[in-house]
Amino acid sequence: MTVLTEPKIARRPKQRPSWEEKPTAAGQAGKATVLIATVAIILVPIYMIVMTSLSTQKSVNLAGGMVFIPQGGITTEAYRQIFDNPLILHSLWVSVWTTVVGTAFSMFVSVLCAYGLSRKGSFGHRTLLAILVITMFFSGGLIPGFLLVSALGGYGSYWSLILPGAVNVFNILILRGFFMATSEEMIEAARLDGAGEWRTLWSVVLPTSKAVLAVITLIYAMTYWGSFFNALLYLPDNGMWPLQMIIYTYTIQANPMPGSGITTIGQNLGHQQIAPLSLQMAVVTLTLVPILVVTPFMQKHFTKGVLLGAIKG
Amino acid sequence: MATITQPGEAEPDEISAPVPGAPPRANKLSRWQKFKRDRSLLVMVLPTIVLLIVFAYIPMLGTVTAFQQYDIYSGFRQSPWVGFYQFERLFTDPIFWHALENTLVISAVQLVLYFPIPIILALLLNTILSTRIRSFIQTIVYLPHFFSFVLVVAIFMEMLGGAGALNTFLIQHDLPTWDIMTDPGSFKYLVTVQMIWKEAGWGIIVFLAALAMIDQSLYEAAAADGAGRWRRLWHITLPGIRGVVVLMLVLRMGSALTVGFEQMLIQRQAVGRDASEVLDTFSYFYGVVANNFSYGAAAGLFKGVLSLILILAANKLAHAIGEDGLYRK
Repeated sequence: MTVLTEPKIARRPKQRPSWEEKPTAAGQAGKATVLIATVAIILVPIYMIVMTSLSTQKSVNLAGGMVFIPQGGITTEAYRQIFDNPLILHSLWVSVWTTVVGTAFSMFVSVLCAYGLSRKGSFGHRTLLAILVITMFFSGGLIPGFLLVSALGGYGSYWSLILPGAVNVFNILILRGFFMATSEEMIEAARLDGAGEWRTLWSVVLPTSKAVLAVITLIYAMTYWGSFFNALLYLPDNGMWPLQMIIYTYTIQANPMPGSGITTIGQNLGHQQIAPLSLQMAVVTLTLVPILVVTPFMQKHFTKGVLLGAIKG
Repeated sequence: MATITQPGEAEPDEISAPVPGAPPRANKLSRWQKFKRDRSLLVMVLPTIVLLIVFAYIPMLGTVTAFQQYDIYSGFRQSPWVGFYQFERLFTDPIFWHALENTLVISAVQLVLYFPIPIILALLLNTILSTRIRSFIQTIVYLPHFFSFVLVVAIFMEMLGGAGALNTFLIQHDLPTWDIMTDPGSFKYLVTVQMIWKEAGWGIIVFLAALAMIDQSLYEAAAADGAGRWRRLWHITLPGIRGVVVLMLVLRMGSALTVGFEQMLIQRQAVGRDASEVLDTFSYFYGVVANNFSYGAAAGLFKGVLSLILILAANKLAHAIGEDGLYRK
């Protein structure tokens, strides 16, 4: 197998080269329309969800549902209510916990494995690589996995949200591709200084692979943050659910949320009246925010051909 | 010169100035010596191998339960063997055939409607000269990739559902409404549009990378020879990304029987079983939910084997037309 790591990016010239013909006005307009529409299709729904979560009951009523421009004022009451709700608060905690612990564990295991397989001509690396890659193309299916995790006591246990999907072979191959590209001279220099493999990984390879480490950390973190099916499969009790299950049950399936104080009027004492929709959108926003905050900073790393490097691995 | 105690393979200076008659040093080490030299590397790989054995390979062995009548109290060892009974049942089950049909139809719709979009977007984006505009657009279109299907469906529901923004607007303007989210007839298009919304932006990355690797001087030379922008696109750009396009197609074939399991599961209640039953949901509902594990496992095994055959066949096809496919031949 050939490994093509970080491809040489031929920088596109910033100015239009002299030989290139001037763009036509129609072409420019068409391009602009397509790109603006693409961006709008993604941003408008996100904007409306955030807006609705901040809307007063009056704004929601005036809009007849999802709010574009809050004509009846805005409020943070929805957030006050969801942070008062033990069910949601706990699900937020479960989501954060599985994301932090899961990502740390996955990164630890994946980085070690990627480095262990990245030294040319090492003992058994072809066999080990094959053991990894086979799992990408054949899986035993849902049922045996479910029976196994249940037999190991994962049913009703938080570890079932982390361990079964803790290693992603694809991510390991991306990391491996980059580790292999680490300058041989630097590794050799570390060797001459008496550094073993662990030392080399820690003080030579990792510091020179920060970008790819950040990208893979993000990918793992987002997978844990968005994890839904494992919770559905293994956690029957809504007191243990992560945020995604809360959204699935109370927004998509539209079951009334227990303890939210919105189902019966009597429980509204001390709370400003708020539309159930705003409450639901506040939970959705809560789940969106980490993604919206973190991923834009990583954008420039994504483009470094990270994925291509791995696919060819 | 390096001494024999140095780990690692032949060093650059050895390659450039080989000692006549001396084989490369790596060959001198016996397997045992190599094992001893690399034991710390092997320790590093161990946790992953253990996790894969437990959560990937043991379940693979667990597929034997497809040939049993699994009983939760007897386990794998004591459950009775029934040969191909589960498969006979499966292949005479109209619901299974319906699930297979849905899977293939949705997969085909996605191949036709989804597959070209990232390529077109990447080509379009590649023509934008301003780095700032380009990275702004990239930032935005990558976002939905990180949304879970729960979020995507929730967002679609609030936009296009019966009480969503679109229908609210239609009602307010006395126009006929259309609850897209619960319409079984158009469900295959709905899931495709959701897929496009979520993944098309992220999908451009590989094509952008491929585009960036095209030798820029080719364009100048072609322009000097009088090739216009469309001819340059046809003769330089498209051949330049052909390898990646074929690779993505091969991978797509391998997942042709996987059509957004969570996506189907989440929308089952809204759109009904008929439209949303695919192989994975079949396995889940008739295996896990109905406690009929061997039956669900048979469906899962059928899918796994067929997927493997598909990807190998697609890869062979890629080699036949002179592309690398998954690996270089």
